[in-house]
Amino acid sequence: MSGYIEAQLVILCLSIIYAYGIFLPAASGQLNLGAAGFITLGAYASGWFNLSDGLGLPMYPSIILSMLFTGAVGFAISFPILRTRGVYMVLATFAFAEVVSGLTINMEFLGGAAGMPVDSHAPVEVLVGAAILVILFSFYFMSTRLGLALRSIHDDESVSVLFGVNVRLAKVVAFTVGGMLMGLGGAVYGHHYNYIEAQTFNVLLSIYILLYVLLGGTQTAWGPLAGALFFTIVPELIRQLAIEIGSDWLADSRFIFFGGFIVLMMVIRPEGVVTRTLQDRIAAALFGRRKKAAEPAE
Amino acid sequence: MAENVLTNTGLRKSFGGLTVIDDVSFEVRRGSRTALIGPNGAGKTTIFNLLTGVYPIDAGKVVLDGVDITDTPSRDRVIHGMSRSFQNIRLMPHLSTIENVMLGQHARARTFGQLMFPLGLLTRNKWRDEAEAALYQAGIETYPGEVVSNLPYGVQKRIEVVRAMVSRPKLLLLDEPAAGLNEVETRQLQELLEQVSATGVTILVVEHDMHFVRNLCDHVVVLNFGQKIFEGTPDEVHRDPAVLEAYLGRGDSETLEDATNAS
Repeated sequence: MSGYIEAQLVILCLSIIYAYGIFLPAASGQLNLGAAGFITLGAYASGWFNLSDGLGLPMYPSIILSMLFTGAVGFAISFPILRTRGVYMVLATFAFAEVVSGLTINMEFLGGAAGMPVDSHAPVEVLVGAAILVILFSFYFMSTRLGLALRSIHDDESVSVLFGVNVRLAKVVAFTVGGMLMGLGGAVYGHHYNYIEAQTFNVLLSIYILLYVLLGGTQTAWGPLAGALFFTIVPELIRQLAIEIGSDWLADSRFIFFGGFIVLMMVIRPEGVVTRTLQDRIAAALFGRRKKAAEPAE
Repeated sequence: MAENVLTNTGLRKSFGGLTVIDDVSFEVRRGSRTALIGPNGAGKTTIFNLLTGVYPIDAGKVVLDGVDITDTPSRDRVIHGMSRSFQNIRLMPHLSTIENVMLGQHARARTFGQLMFPLGLLTRNKWRDEAEAALYQAGIETYPGEVVSNLPYGVQKRIEVVRAMVSRPKLLLLDEPAAGLNEVETRQLQELLEQVSATGVTILVVEHDMHFVRNLCDHVVVLNFGQKIFEGTPDEVHRDPAVLEAYLGRGDSETLEDATNAS
C-alpha cells in the first residue's frame, strides 16, 4: 500500500468512527457539535493511560479505559445537555468541546499547548479493524428495539412516550454510547500518529463530522458511512483530477467546488443522501420484488 | 375483575382561566363500545389527553381496571392497558409499516435483553412475526417494509389501530378514527374495530360521524362545553332535547344525524 493511500485510509477510518459517534444521538434528532471535545478526551485519556509517566498500561487496555472514561463524561453531561433542544443543543455541545479544549491546553501534565507524545503505535490495520467494528456495532444497535425507539423519538417524541418509550433514557444511552465511539476514535488517532495536540481537535472538525452525518442521512445506519466516504474521497478525487489535467487553478480552488457540491446536496437531498426510501429501493432491486404481508406461519 | 374498565370521577381541567373540562364523570363498561361525542370544542380530545396523561389532571380520578392511574406518568399508562390512536395520523413517517407496528410492542419489552434484541437484522423473530400477523389479520395488504408516508390515508388510519392493538390494551382509545375516510375505508375500519371488539378489548371512540357511531357503538356519552350533558344508547341520544340543542341550537330540530351530516 502506498504511503498516500494508507494516509487517506487512516483519515477515512477516523472519519467513519467519529461520524457514528455523532450519528447515534442524531438518529433520535439530537445535534451534537461537541465531537472535538469527545475526541480530545479519548485521545488524551488513552495517551495518558498508556504513557510511562501516566499509568503505563498496554495500548489495548488504555483504549478501552479511555472509551469508558469518555462514556462516563458523556453520561454526566448528557443530563444538562439533553434539557436543551435544536440549535441550543448545538451551542451547548459546542461549549462543552471548547471547555475540554481550554482545560487540556492548561493542564501541564498533559503537555499543555505543546501537545503530548503517545508511546504505543497503532498501525493502520488497527484503525481499519476499529472502524469495521464500529460500523457493525452501529448497524446492530440501530436494529434493536432501542434503535427503533430512537428513530421513533426522531419522528414524534410525544407519541413515542405514549407507547411506553423512556425518552430520557434512550437519549442518554445514545449520547453516552456516541461519546464512547468518539473516545475510541480519539484514542486510535493518538496511537496512530503518536502525538496529540489539543488545537488539532477544533470546532472545524466538529462541524465537518456533523456535516458527514447530516449530509449522509440520519435515517439509516448507511448515512454516516456514505457521508464519511464522500467527504474524505471527493476532495482527494478533485485534487487527483487537477493533477491529471495539470490545472493549478482547479487544485487551489477545489474547496470552492466542494462547497458548491455541499450546497447542491442540501437542496436536492435535504434529508441526506441515504434515506429510508432509497435504502428500500436498493434492497428491492438487489433482493427481488417486495412481497405482501406474509400469512402467519402455523 | 371490575365491571368497568374505566371509571372517571369528577375530571376537571383548566388552561389558564378557561375551564375546558368541568366535573366530568363517566364509566366505560368492560367489553363495551362507547362513543364520546359532542360539538367542536366540547373537550373530547382533551378528555383523551387527560386519560393518557398528556396533560396533568387538575382534579378528579381516573381508574383503569381497578388501578388508580391519575398520577401515573404518561409512558407507564400503556403498561396498565391503555392505548390510543390520534385525530391526525401520528404514525412515524420515516418508519416502515412493520416498524410502526413493532413500536406498539415497546411497552411489552421490559428487559435489557428484549431492548437490545436485533429486531431489524433477523427477518424471522417472535416480534416481527407477531407484527406481520397482526397486519395480516387486520387485512392490511401492503408490503410491510413500505415507508408509511407513501401509503393511502385510509390504510394509515388502520395501521394506527393495529399499532395500538399490539400493545395488548384492555382499553383502546380512538380519536376520530373515521375522519377523512371515504365510504369504503370507513367500512373497512368498522370491520377492523368489530374484530378488535370481538377479542374482548373495550373501545372508547371520539367521533363526529353519527352514522358510524350508531353502527359501531352501544353506549354514548355526550359532552358540551366541557360538561357531560347526556349518557345513554345511540337511539336515545337522537331523541334527547339537550343533545339536539347542543348541536342544532334551540328551535325546530330534525334529527342529530342530519345535523352532523350537514356539517
